Amino acid sequence: MSSDSTPSGPARVAFYNDPKIRSIFYQLALLAAIAFLVYGAVSNAIENLARANIASGFGFWNNTAGFDISQTLISYSSQASTYGRAFWVGLLNTLLVAGLGIVFATILGFIVGLSRLSKNWLLSKVAGGFVETIRNLPLLLQLLFWYNAVLKALPDIRDSIVIPGGGMINNRGLFLPRPEFLYGFEMVLVALAVGVAGSIGFYIWARKRQERTGQQAPVAAVVLALVIGLPLAVLALKGFPLSFSYPQAGRFNIAGGVEILPEFAALLFGLSIYTAAFIAEVVRAGVLAVSHGQVEAAYSLGLQPRPTLRLIVVPQAMRVIIPPLTSQYLNLTKNSSLAVAIGYPDLVQVFTGTVLNQTGQAVEVVAITMLVYLVISLSTSLLMNIYNRRVALVER
Amino acid sequence: MYKIASLFALAVLLAAQGASAQTLKTVKDRGALNCGANGTLAGFGLPDAQGAWTGLDVDFCRAVAAAIFDDPNKVKFVALTAKDRFTALQSGEVDVLARNTTWTSSRDTSLGLNFTGVNYYDGQGFLVRKSLKVNSALELNGASVCVQQGTTTELNLADYFRASKMTLKTVTFATANEAVKAYDAGRCDAYTTDASGLYSERLRLASAGDHIILPEIISKEPLGPAVRHGDDQWFDVVKWVHFAMVNAEELGITQKNVGEMLKSDNPEIKRLLGTEGAFGEQLGLTKDWVVRIVGKVGNYGEIFEKNVGQGSPMKIARGLNGLWNKGGLQYAPPVR
Ligand SMILES: N[C@@H](CCC(=O)N[C@@H](CS)C(=O)NCC(=O)O)C(=O)O
Repeated sequence: MSSDSTPSGPARVAFYNDPKIRSIFYQLALLAAIAFLVYGAVSNAIENLARANIASGFGFWNNTAGFDISQTLISYSSQASTYGRAFWVGLLNTLLVAGLGIVFATILGFIVGLSRLSKNWLLSKVAGGFVETIRNLPLLLQLLFWYNAVLKALPDIRDSIVIPGGGMINNRGLFLPRPEFLYGFEMVLVALAVGVAGSIGFYIWARKRQERTGQQAPVAAVVLALVIGLPLAVLALKGFPLSFSYPQAGRFNIAGGVEILPEFAALLFGLSIYTAAFIAEVVRAGVLAVSHGQVEAAYSLGLQPRPTLRLIVVPQAMRVIIPPLTSQYLNLTKNSSLAVAIGYPDLVQVFTGTVLNQTGQAVEVVAITMLVYLVISLSTSLLMNIYNRRVALVER
Repeated sequence: MYKIASLFALAVLLAAQGASAQTLKTVKDRGALNCGANGTLAGFGLPDAQGAWTGLDVDFCRAVAAAIFDDPNKVKFVALTAKDRFTALQSGEVDVLARNTTWTSSRDTSLGLNFTGVNYYDGQGFLVRKSLKVNSALELNGASVCVQQGTTTELNLADYFRASKMTLKTVTFATANEAVKAYDAGRCDAYTTDASGLYSERLRLASAGDHIILPEIISKEPLGPAVRHGDDQWFDVVKWVHFAMVNAEELGITQKNVGEMLKSDNPEIKRLLGTEGAFGEQLGLTKDWVVRIVGKVGNYGEIFEKNVGQGSPMKIARGLNGLWNKGGLQYAPPVR
């Protein structure tokens, strides 16, 4: 009989009965099983590809692409560029339409969502009708509708609608004058930077002062003067070092200027409107989630309706809005791959479309594409989570 | 949707299973041939409202089924777009791909395909509106051109404009349907594809008479059926179905007279129709395989005229697709 077991400590259990060690063991076993499965699948796939004589590996990345792409944000040419370059072109096109789509969908979604809560009967009914119609029609159908509506409604290139100021619009797209910066324009950019920095400084100062003394400063007017007025003044001082290249009708097409393709316009329009309908509902739900007592309390303190909305309701609503808003952003990004239906050269159209077909390397191309969407989605989530943490309720 | 399904099938097939190299047996056991066809190109592959398929490529698959099953209807047609077709064949979704597909070296090698022959010699052309007053492709400098993705067309187009020192704006669509619709709506000055496709698609335009096909043919497009690498027997079967149809035409054997021809004394006819020798058995088929093909589907000239020639709205002349002894390129090795 030994007496060295200490009765005060926890009862000793055999290590294989220790829940902690057990759980680690199970997780390791699962990990090993998954790794084995993945290894088996990959090596089997490689073997089968080799047996079917299908090329594999990533060597195709540096081969000449040979096909043209209608919208390229970076320089690209069919004879000189590689499949890898085509990938980047497609990716940037996806990011462009998704980024702008998120901005427009958010603005429109907030407007519609708040309108739906408006006391104005007509406004709220119109907003409600918008949401119900847009939400309940398949996005693909809407994209095809916008694309064909845009193309059919616009005139032929030879009867382009001329926009005052030198723009043109026709069924080949929207063409705008392209600004060309001459010597001396850098000073305007410097002025703009100074203006923005000054505005931020002024805003912080004004806020601090208001917190201390309750005095309000004319922030809007000062910001406007600094951000727009200052650069304009410098522009005039320097004698307008700026010229425009105007779009010019050629035999078939418009040359010069900035070109916005109808495929891009239709996709951006369709995605923004579709997602805005969902965001509107998210916003409405968020605002309704703020208890009415908050508003009443604000009113009884003498706050006007507008500041009440801005200072009391929206900040609290944001806590409810952010998580579902994030999923809407992710949806929009992923939905942008429907571009394929209307000829917009996004990542899926260019890379899993032409490149996959041309190289036949389905496994590699699809794997890369999935990885890209995963990275985009995770980064979006990450950013939104950081923001969410800032607005979340801090419990004490 | 289809694409995702077939990509998934490809992934599963590649990851989980050894490649089976017994297509003929698989097809016989299944009781039907799976044929990858064009679903929207009149003259080559197109189902009608009742789901009955017609076209030159469709009849080719029917001929394969006739040779195997003595029944040209034992075919399941799978409509494939240009960009998804190779994945469908690689993944085993279809046994043979007969979808106006150009035979190129990379498709023959790195895509893991074997082309079994050329059932239509074609070349790429341009369709433009008459009102543009363009008479030659060389006048298209600066034009917008609508094109379908995943085709040789897409590559030839870029090459041709570069070689001719012209600029172009390509607008690329996933299907011919969308490309043609956009062209019809005025989005592009020209639509380009295989000349046969132009004749076919022109009939679908709002007013076909307002469009002309330019005289330039900018590429060689030998269109033919393809099978997967790694199954020589199946490769032989599909290859010889086409040769049999060409030989039948050359020897004057038609759907109508094939019964009488069985009594012919001509040794070439006897070998082809199986009244002498065992050439069908060597392929893994029956003695009367060609009787089945020609009797149930027709010879090469017959299916040509019916689908794209004088018996069709397209009225394409035999041209390069005539027999070798009539000024064309269709030439089949002998059965012996
Ligand atoms: N022969 C070319 C082009 C084949 C092709 O896809 N042609 C188009 C235009 S004729 C087509 O068949 N489109 C019908 C469709 O995709 O629905 C190739 O093999 O790449």
